[in-house]
Amino acid sequence: MSDRKTLQIKQISGHSGPAAGFDMQRDYEVCKLIDTTICIGCKACEVACVEWNDMPFTPTTFDNTYQTMPSTSYHFWNLIKFNEHQREDGTVQWLMRKDQCMHCADPGCLRACPADGAIVQYTNGIVDFQQENCIGCEFCVSGCPYDIPKFNPATKKVYKCTLCSDRVGQGLEPACIKACPTGCLKFGSKDDMKFIAEERAKQLRENFGFEKAGVYDPQSIGGTHVVYVLHDAENPERYGGLPKNPVIPWSYTVWKWLFKPVLGTFALFGLLGVLLHYVTVGPRRAQPEPPIKERES
Amino acid sequence: MSTAIDRFDDKTRGAFGQIGQTEVYEGELLRHRVYTRFLHWMVALFFFLALFTGFGIYMPWLFRWFTPIFGGGPLSREMHPWFGLGFVIFFGLQALNWIKPMTWTAADTKWMVNLRKIIGGQEKMEPPDTGFFNGGQKMQFWEIASGCIVYLITGMILWFGARVFGRWAVAVSYVLHDISALIMLGGIFIHIYLSTIGQSGTFQAMIRGAVSEAWAWTFHPAWYKQVTGRDPVGACEEARRKASAK
Ligand code: SF4
Ligand code: SF4
Ligand code: SF4
Repeated sequence: MSDRKTLQIKQISGHSGPAAGFDMQRDYEVCKLIDTTICIGCKACEVACVEWNDMPFTPTTFDNTYQTMPSTSYHFWNLIKFNEHQREDGTVQWLMRKDQCMHCADPGCLRACPADGAIVQYTNGIVDFQQENCIGCEFCVSGCPYDIPKFNPATKKVYKCTLCSDRVGQGLEPACIKACPTGCLKFGSKDDMKFIAEERAKQLRENFGFEKAGVYDPQSIGGTHVVYVLHDAENPERYGGLPKNPVIPWSYTVWKWLFKPVLGTFALFGLLGVLLHYVTVGPRRAQPEPPIKERES
Repeated sequence: MSTAIDRFDDKTRGAFGQIGQTEVYEGELLRHRVYTRFLHWMVALFFFLALFTGFGIYMPWLFRWFTPIFGGGPLSREMHPWFGLGFVIFFGLQALNWIKPMTWTAADTKWMVNLRKIIGGQEKMEPPDTGFFNGGQKMQFWEIASGCIVYLITGMILWFGARVFGRWAVAVSYVLHDISALIMLGGIFIHIYLSTIGQSGTFQAMIRGAVSEAWAWTFHPAWYKQVTGRDPVGACEEARRKASAK
């Protein structure tokens, strides 16, 4: 697919050395791998995200945990969620999960959105919001199983993680990947990331005693383009509320694609009906009306 | 409760009667007072504002040319619930004002059975037991009343969103809200038709508040009898004799 490379930067003025990302051809489906078992909660990825996406400084909210704020926001797309989980034997496990858009293969946000062109899914799997077409109805919020799209009251539009589609389109990795000091974030093709994730989970099961370790790539929404390695894949809820079987409300699919246009037409039949009545039967008049001279039938 | 509503309605009717006026000429009957007319047009205003802002949310791609009238999609979305609230509040007042004449009776059930003949134009006069409102008007009134309840509940859920009410509540409300809107839209075509070109002499009832006696004995005979004490069919026959004698 050489045509996909034509917009890649080859040279940059005043820049020494080769252009970053030049000649890097991303695989068809990209994927971000987050290994929660290695994450140290340093939040370098949070800062990198805020920096690259040019978002304003946000005061942190202290709620007796290490979390920067209770949840992601329209100008804070990437948040490390902390949870102290007490195991049966009384020991405590400190769980950290990088929370951001999962770039679902079957995106609930896109299913729910009524606006033409407000949400797109690229062939590489990235789900991106196009704010110029967004009408701020927030239906995407109810469509998303991960509570990701966030409304900005100033612009009246919704924002979320783009998986750095601007960087990835240029052959670069997302900003968070670049910043992570531990290597717990990896980026590449979905197949490669799945392979690495499964290998790591196997290692955790066999060598580290995490018998329930596994990979989070929920098939109920066709998989995601962000996958996790979890110590306990059977209880993803422990990691800051990761749903085990994410679902998209069926009403969106049924209503939007079938009944909305069909029933909308039915309502117009009301208009057609009264016009037909006027033309064929005619109006009703107060009686007595003038005597009828002639009746055609 | 109901006496309190009556007292409230009586007082506001009186107050509005002083602000505005209804002139009833010779050969006419008082149909709707100033208060009723005011409420009707406020309901209509907010209905259309909510409807037009709703278009841009229902199918943004179809109404892309239209939404700029309301300042674009996001602003339409922002104003829609406020317009809707206005609609529900004014309709609520109208419902209090009209709850008695809108009560369903056996005559209305009979009227509904007879509907085919009226639509087909075979029956020139309404059945003699048709009162101040006929079965069709009552049907529409109660449809809008239940629609308002659906709008209010689902609208609040959509307004405050998935984070307050949960994802499923929003996903279901969205569908119910749309269905309610479509039913009301279909009904409003019929309402506008019958109050304007479809039934001559009706529109002035909501504008000036008065209707001709002929209109009254034709379309609401029982009401005519109640306010004039005369027999509607007899009155009509007399008018016919007078007209042919000329
Ligand atoms: S995580 Fe939510 S916002 Fe992201 S693609 Fe999936 S449904 Fe859309
Ligand atoms: S708020 Fe969400 S669902 Fe509504 S138009 Fe914007 S992106 Fe689409
Ligand atoms: S940069 Fe890496 S190690 Fe640090 S918090 Fe983010 S994911 Fe965890």
